[in-house]
Amino acid sequence: MNRSFRRRSAVASIVTALAVVAGVAGCGSSGPGSSGGADSATAWILTGPTEATFRASFDAWNKAHPDEQIKVQSFENDAYKQKVRSAVGAGQAPTLIFGWAGGILKSYVDAGAVDDLTGSIGSDTTGHFLPSVTKVGQIGDKLYAVPNNGVKPAVIYYNKELFQRIGAQPPTTWDQLLQLVPRFKAANIAPITVSGQDKWPLLMWEEYLVDRIGGPDVMRRVLANTPDAWSDPAFIKANTMIQQLVDAGGFVNGFSSISTKTGADVALLYTGKAAMNLNLPSAYQTIQTGDPSFLSGGKLGYLPFPAVAGGKGDVKNVVGNPSNYWSVSAKASQQQKKIALDYLRGGLTTDAYTDALLKIGLVPPTTGVQAKLASASDAPYLTTIYDSAQQAPSFQLSWDQALSPAQGDALLTNLQQVFLKQITPTQFSANMNKTLGS
Amino acid sequence: MNSTPPPTGTGTARGYRAGPSAWWTLPALAFFVVFALIPLAGVAVLSLMAWDGLSAPHWTGLRNWTRVLADPVTGHAALLSLKIIVLSWLVQTPLSLFLGIFTAGRQRYRNVLAVLYFVPLLFSSAAVAIAFKAILDPNFGISRAVGWSFLSRDWLGDPQLVLATVVFVIAWQFIPFHTLLYQAGVRQIPASLYEASMIDGAGPVQQFRWITLPQLRYTLVTSSTLMVVGSLTYFDVVFVLTGGGPGYSTRLLPLDMYLTGFSANDMGGASVLAAILVVAGLLVAVGFTRFSGFNRMQSQQEGL
Repeated sequence: MNRSFRRRSAVASIVTALAVVAGVAGCGSSGPGSSGGADSATAWILTGPTEATFRASFDAWNKAHPDEQIKVQSFENDAYKQKVRSAVGAGQAPTLIFGWAGGILKSYVDAGAVDDLTGSIGSDTTGHFLPSVTKVGQIGDKLYAVPNNGVKPAVIYYNKELFQRIGAQPPTTWDQLLQLVPRFKAANIAPITVSGQDKWPLLMWEEYLVDRIGGPDVMRRVLANTPDAWSDPAFIKANTMIQQLVDAGGFVNGFSSISTKTGADVALLYTGKAAMNLNLPSAYQTIQTGDPSFLSGGKLGYLPFPAVAGGKGDVKNVVGNPSNYWSVSAKASQQQKKIALDYLRGGLTTDAYTDALLKIGLVPPTTGVQAKLASASDAPYLTTIYDSAQQAPSFQLSWDQALSPAQGDALLTNLQQVFLKQITPTQFSANMNKTLGS
Repeated sequence: MNSTPPPTGTGTARGYRAGPSAWWTLPALAFFVVFALIPLAGVAVLSLMAWDGLSAPHWTGLRNWTRVLADPVTGHAALLSLKIIVLSWLVQTPLSLFLGIFTAGRQRYRNVLAVLYFVPLLFSSAAVAIAFKAILDPNFGISRAVGWSFLSRDWLGDPQLVLATVVFVIAWQFIPFHTLLYQAGVRQIPASLYEASMIDGAGPVQQFRWITLPQLRYTLVTSSTLMVVGSLTYFDVVFVLTGGGPGYSTRLLPLDMYLTGFSANDMGGASVLAAILVVAGLLVAVGFTRFSGFNRMQSQQEGL
C-alpha cells in the first residue's frame, strides 16, 4: 500500500471518528429545554387516565394563544419520576415541572431549580383551590407549586355484592375488619387486594394505621428528623397489626406479585375475587375503564379507613395525595416562564378544566364545586371524596413523597419486608431510624 | 495465528509488523476514551463526593466508601450477584450445549427449530420482562389461561421463588445466543473425527465425551466468559420484572447501584458501587481468561 495513501486514509478515519463522536455528543445535549426553541414552553405529564384531561387543557390553551405555545410530552409514572429529576439536575427540565410536592419539591427549592411563585401567582388564582391543597405547594411561607389534579385521599373501595353474599356490613373498626377475614375466606373470596409489588400501595395501610393509633404528630416528628422518631410505639403497633393481618390471610394470595401497572389489583375487586381495596381515587378510574357496568350497577362501595380501638387519631383524618402540582423551572427562558405563568393564572382555573376532571371521576381541588359535584354522573362518590378531603382535620401527604428521596426509598423497601415478614416491627424501626437526617 | 511466520532476526521490527498501521485503532480508541474512560474517571471522582443530582456536589473524602462497604445491603447484593452468576451458568451452559449440538445437525426440521429457538434473542429485554410479568401474574396470568393451579404461584413476590424465576427468564432470553455459539462450534468439528471413532467402535456417548466436548473447549470458554461477565452487570430484565424486590430479594449489584443513584438520589454511594462493579468485572474477565487459557488459544485442528 502506498504510504501517502495510507496516511490520507488514516486522517480520513480520524475525521470520520471525530464527526461521529461530535454528532453523538450533540444529540445528547439537545434536551427538552433547548429543543422547544425560545418561543414555546414545555410541559411533561403522566400517561394514564388523566393524560387526556391535561392534553385537552393544553390544546385549548394553544388554540387560544397562538403566540404562547406549550409543548406537551407524556411519560409513565415511575419512569417520569426518575427522568424528571435527572433533567432538573442537568438544567434541562421542562418549563412546567409536574410533581407531588413534599420532599422532592423541597430538594428542588434547595437547589434553586424552581421559581418562587409567591409574587407572580396571586390570591385570585390560589383562592380558587382548597386551602389545605394549596398549602402543600408551599415551602416555608413561599409558594412554589400550584395544584393541577384531582384531590386524592385514600379510601377503602369494596365490592357490595361480595359483602351481601356473606351477609356482612362494611367495617368501621379494625376489629370488625379482622373478623371479616375468616368469613370471606370461608366463602372463597380474598378479603383484601393490594398490589404489593409496587410497594406504595402497601404504604397506605401503614400510614392509616399509624395515624389512627398515634395521630398525625407521629409522622410530624419523623419529618422533623427527631432522633429515634421511628421507634414511636405507634409504628411498632401498626406493623404488628399489619403482620397479624398478613398471618390471618387478609391479603390476597400472591399479593406481592401483583402490580398496579397492569391494574390487576383493582381487577380482582371488580371481577368479584376480592372484597376490599385500600386505594387512591385512581382505583375508581381503573374501574371506569375496566368495567364501567360495575359502577353503573351500583356495586362499588367506599368507606373511610376503620378506627383502631384506643387510638388517638381522628377517624376523619385522611392520607393520600392532596393533588399534583405545577412548578416553574428556574432554568427556563424569560419567554418560557412568561408563558408558563400565564397558563397557571389563566388555564388551570377554567370551568372546562374542572369539568374535565369531574368527567374522569376525579374531584377538582377547587372551592365551591359542590353544586357541580351534585350534578355529576356519580354524585354520591364524588361528594364523598370531596367532603372527606375538605373536612379532614389532617390530610397527610403520602410519606414516600413527603420524605427525602433516600428516606422514602428505604421506607418502601423496609415496609415491603414487614409485609413479607422478612423483618420484625422492631427491626423496621431500627432500620428506619438510621435514615433520619439523610 | 499460526500462519504468521515468526520474525527472523534480520528484518527490522517495522518490516515485520503484523497487520496495518496502528492508526486504524484510533476511531475505536476515541470511542473508548469518550464513552468508557472519561465516564470511568468521573465515577472515581464522584465516589469521593456527596451529590444528590440537583445541588452542587461537595467533597466528602472516603466517607461514601466506608458507608457503602459497611452497609449490609451492599454485601447482600454482592452475594446475590454471585448466586445469579453461578445459577445462570449452571442452567444455561448444559442447555445451550445440547441445543447447539442438536441444531448443528443438517436436517430440515432442525433448521426450523433453530430459527424458533433463536427468536427470544430478538426481543428487547424490557418487552421480555413485561411479557413475563403478565404471564406470571398469580391471578390473571398463565395459570388462569391454561387452568393449571400449580402455576398459580407467587412467582415474583415470594422471596424464595423469585431468584429462580429471574434465573429462568434470563436463561430463556440468552440460551439462544449461546446455542448459536455452540452450533457454530459443533459445525466446525471435522466429520473425519467421527468417522474414525466409528471405525474404532465408539458409540454416541463416547463420541460426545471424547470428540465433541474437547473440540468445543474454547467455545465453552468464550460462552462462559460472556455469561459470567454478562450476569455480573445484568440489569434490565430484573429491573422491569421485580424492581429489585420483594424487599431486597433481587437487588443485584447493578440494581443496587441504579436504585441508590436514581431512587435514593445518592450519586456518591452509587458511584462507589459502580467502581466496585468495574473492578469486579475486570477481575472476573481477566481471571477467567487466565485460568482457562483463553489468551493462549490455539487451533485444535493441526494435523487434520
